[in-house]
Amino acid sequence: MSDSDPPITLYRLQACPYCERVVRTLQDLGLDYTSRFVEPMHSERDVVKRVAGSRPVPAIVDERTGVTMSESANVVEYLEKTYGDGLVDGGSA
Amino acid sequence: MVDFDVVPLPDADHVAEGEQAPDFTRPLVNDEFWEDASLSDLTDEGPVCLVFYPMDGAFPATYIWNELRDREWDDHLTVVGVSISTPYAHKQLVEEREMPYDLFADPSNEVAEAYGVAHDLDGMAGVSEPRPAVFLLDEDRTVQHAWVAEEWPDFPPYDDLEAEIRALAE
Repeated sequence: MSDSDPPITLYRLQACPYCERVVRTLQDLGLDYTSRFVEPMHSERDVVKRVAGSRPVPAIVDERTGVTMSESANVVEYLEKTYGDGLVDGGSA
Repeated sequence: MVDFDVVPLPDADHVAEGEQAPDFTRPLVNDEFWEDASLSDLTDEGPVCLVFYPMDGAFPATYIWNELRDREWDDHLTVVGVSISTPYAHKQLVEEREMPYDLFADPSNEVAEAYGVAHDLDGMAGVSEPRPAVFLLDEDRTVQHAWVAEEWPDFPPYDDLEAEIRALAE
């Protein structure tokens, strides 16, 4: 909501194990992120569909790279490749 | 508003006009999602009407938000609510009332405590919620106008507040 917002936004569902897996990866990589919690009801997640093209969570929007992605395995792989290998500087966290 | 018993509330030692309103960070809920946000994120953008209200589902919550929705104060400033209900309940309220305002979820009632407007509910052991209260804040979070309920139930003086909001917006 402000200029200092982290560039990564994570759309997540409370207590969703796949979402927690992405959270753990973000934390392991020391990346700042904003959490947006959405509804358990799949049909209610229009905001996720708007930003990511489909409704499953977790989904991330990374403004630093312009990447939007869902499904935890994909997201974890993307994060590790992008930030874990030092291709992109994730900044301090 | 006749025909029901109105009991006086004890004097509230609340944040007063001219003081800086305490900042806080809580999940801010809209009709699609919630994320942590600070009051100062909102005041940085302009004046804010901060509305404390009883828990979602209680009739004062419904009455207050119906009235505030219909008055369209968001033309003049940011209107935002605070109560103890969970983000799930807040999201439902925003959807059901079809209102263009977001709500802070503060289940611990600590924000109401900080503003001096907490209300321990008789007959609901361990439950404290905000008493109805409205604070008009400028960009520095200075309180330009404060109204705090003095009886239970009590409803914001909408016409008076609207006059204050128009004065603040000019």
